[in-house]
Amino acid sequence: MTMVPTSNAFKTNAAGALKDAPLQEALGIAREHSIKTRLGTIAKLPEFEDLRDIGRDLKNHIIAHLDQYLLQFEQEVIKRGGHVHWCPDGESARAKVLEICRSVDARTVTKGKTMIGEEIGINDFLFANGIEPVETDLGEYIIQLRGETPSHIIGPALHVTQAQVEATFRDAHTDLDPKRNLEDPASLMAEARTKLRAGFLKADVGITGANFLIADEGATTIVTNEGNGDLTQTLPRIHIVLASIEKVVPSLKDAMTLLRILARSATGQEQSVYTTFSAGPRRPGDLDGPEQFHVVLIDNGRSAYLGSDFEEMLRCIRCGACLDHCPVYHSVGGHAYGWVYSGPIGSLLNPAIIGIENAKPLPNASSLCGRCESVCPMRIPIPKMLRHWREREFQQALAPQAERSGIRFWAFFARRPLLYRLGTRIAARLLSAMAGKRGRLTNVPLAQGWTRFRDLPAPQGRTFHDQWRARNGS
Amino acid sequence: MPSQNPPGSMPSSGPHVALFVTCLVDLFRPSVGFAAVKLLEAAGCRVSVPATQTCCGQPAYNSGDRASAVAIAQATIAALEGFPFIVAPSGSCAGMIKRHYPELLAADRMWGPRAVALADRVFELTQFLAEQCGRTDFGATLDRHCAYHDSCSSLREMGVKQAPRDLLGAVSGLKLTEMAETDACCGFGGTFCVKFPDISNSMAARKVETIAATGADLLLAGDLGCLLNLAGKMKRDGSRIEVRHVAEVLAGMTDEPAIGEASS
Repeated sequence: MTMVPTSNAFKTNAAGALKDAPLQEALGIAREHSIKTRLGTIAKLPEFEDLRDIGRDLKNHIIAHLDQYLLQFEQEVIKRGGHVHWCPDGESARAKVLEICRSVDARTVTKGKTMIGEEIGINDFLFANGIEPVETDLGEYIIQLRGETPSHIIGPALHVTQAQVEATFRDAHTDLDPKRNLEDPASLMAEARTKLRAGFLKADVGITGANFLIADEGATTIVTNEGNGDLTQTLPRIHIVLASIEKVVPSLKDAMTLLRILARSATGQEQSVYTTFSAGPRRPGDLDGPEQFHVVLIDNGRSAYLGSDFEEMLRCIRCGACLDHCPVYHSVGGHAYGWVYSGPIGSLLNPAIIGIENAKPLPNASSLCGRCESVCPMRIPIPKMLRHWREREFQQALAPQAERSGIRFWAFFARRPLLYRLGTRIAARLLSAMAGKRGRLTNVPLAQGWTRFRDLPAPQGRTFHDQWRARNGS
Repeated sequence: MPSQNPPGSMPSSGPHVALFVTCLVDLFRPSVGFAAVKLLEAAGCRVSVPATQTCCGQPAYNSGDRASAVAIAQATIAALEGFPFIVAPSGSCAGMIKRHYPELLAADRMWGPRAVALADRVFELTQFLAEQCGRTDFGATLDRHCAYHDSCSSLREMGVKQAPRDLLGAVSGLKLTEMAETDACCGFGGTFCVKFPDISNSMAARKVETIAATGADLLLAGDLGCLLNLAGKMKRDGSRIEVRHVAEVLAGMTDEPAIGEASS
């Protein structure tokens, strides 16, 4: 029921993405925009770097006391008349959501954007059980119409060009005048809003994610720019919050600290347009709010990484800055990663959740340039952890046999300077002779990985150590 | 290090530096090593080239072969630790020794402290010249227009940004134009570029566009990995922009054909 991973086909996926002209156009626009806006906003907040340290320390503290804060959160939710459901995996979470929906004979549920919802495949599951999920985030709505999954943590339709959105709307909204003008973004937005409003009013249940769970208030928080979250959680009779366990923070003040970093890192905004808190169902005298408030707390493999080499990835607040600054993501987009999460953080999270054997290429698909770590608001050492995955693959013989043998063969020489010198002397002279006066090679046997797209500059002829020894004796 | 002190080197009272040549310079472009020696000696250093060095071990480390990486790290530490300063004409190899050896050997009671002790004395070439030796002007002259590419490891692991620019600013006749997105990777990434050649190529293509947009006729960088990648890409595409290691320009050693160029 959950999305079938194609992460092991990353290379094929990536090759397709590189040839996809509209995708490349969309990625180019997004790249320039996101890098520039983030820089513009953080320049106006001198304490931004300090806030990153504070955020990192806060998250480390939470991870070390996760049980304590989750239990406190549960108590406070119950105190306010809400319910908390502990779900170890996707299956139990899906079953719980369905049970709640069925308790009110729900036909339609509206949904705010939730990555954990993608992770557990809630949409397909509800649909298969006769309940229609309606996405209310504009980006999510677009990809739902296109039958796609999100390609970015915060910009699910980042891979779609404006012209493609127009075509999608014309295909889907056949009841509207085919001659209507949809050329500017505002007209697309207006059309989506009209369509979505009907869904809001029809829905029996609203499902949202949570950016934070606030332990001492028993409250959940989401940030949106469209206000769709507010309608999703206040109009229907039941509000279900899907949240993974690491979303908890001790207090409102802590949530505020992280919110200051989140929007700036995510969209380059000082604050998202809507920051919404939900604490329990409607109380007597309240003007609005749901009759029931449920929090479905989902582990889905995360707790297994507590205390491991990978623990620090649990600090992630899903801002997407690492995707926005990743040159590999810029080249291939999010779908190539083959499962829910993409970009640098996806290459850490996907193997953790679906198993490294199902996501072997992802940790390797990085030049380890470190730009992700340099922008991560939680200072997650992503390159270091990508290397940890590579180490596991090497140990468990998941890395290709030829590659492992090749590295060991090379390492054998690198540990023996005399043999190494002999080998490099031969290689330098051989390659240099092959290139002749041209100074470069266009096709080198066994090095097509290099020469398919690039010439190989030829060695000058004699190695440095060879010349140095001749010059200075040894 | 008496046996490793080459008799031909200039006697000097200045700092004693071990040159970590790097495997790429050794194999592909020894002239960069000689340029580094020339610059270090001009800055008053006594230069040794420890004979048992090979490679810093990054190919193994980044491929997940931790055992090989540890063995190579130990051999490299043993080769270099007797010197007061270690300088590499590469931010990548310097970063490996400075940042990653201590982490790689942290759990080893014998090697951990030796890795840490070495790390403090490791520098990238331009950083060492400008910041440790306090020298930026080496008297070079070059009437060209260049762009400078920051390697990711130089920039983010070694914190090198201003040093090469200060040094190039002192080269008479040389004009430098900054490219857009100076912090973006060129697509080399060691074994990454041969494991994912089409993605690497797409990254290199973006970098080459920003280089071309500067109008420069010369591309410089401090890491041979990036330079081989970018020169290879630009030559394949028919670009006439020359590619050189920054040390060659600073040392006034631009007689050698540029990287990937034909010899006359």
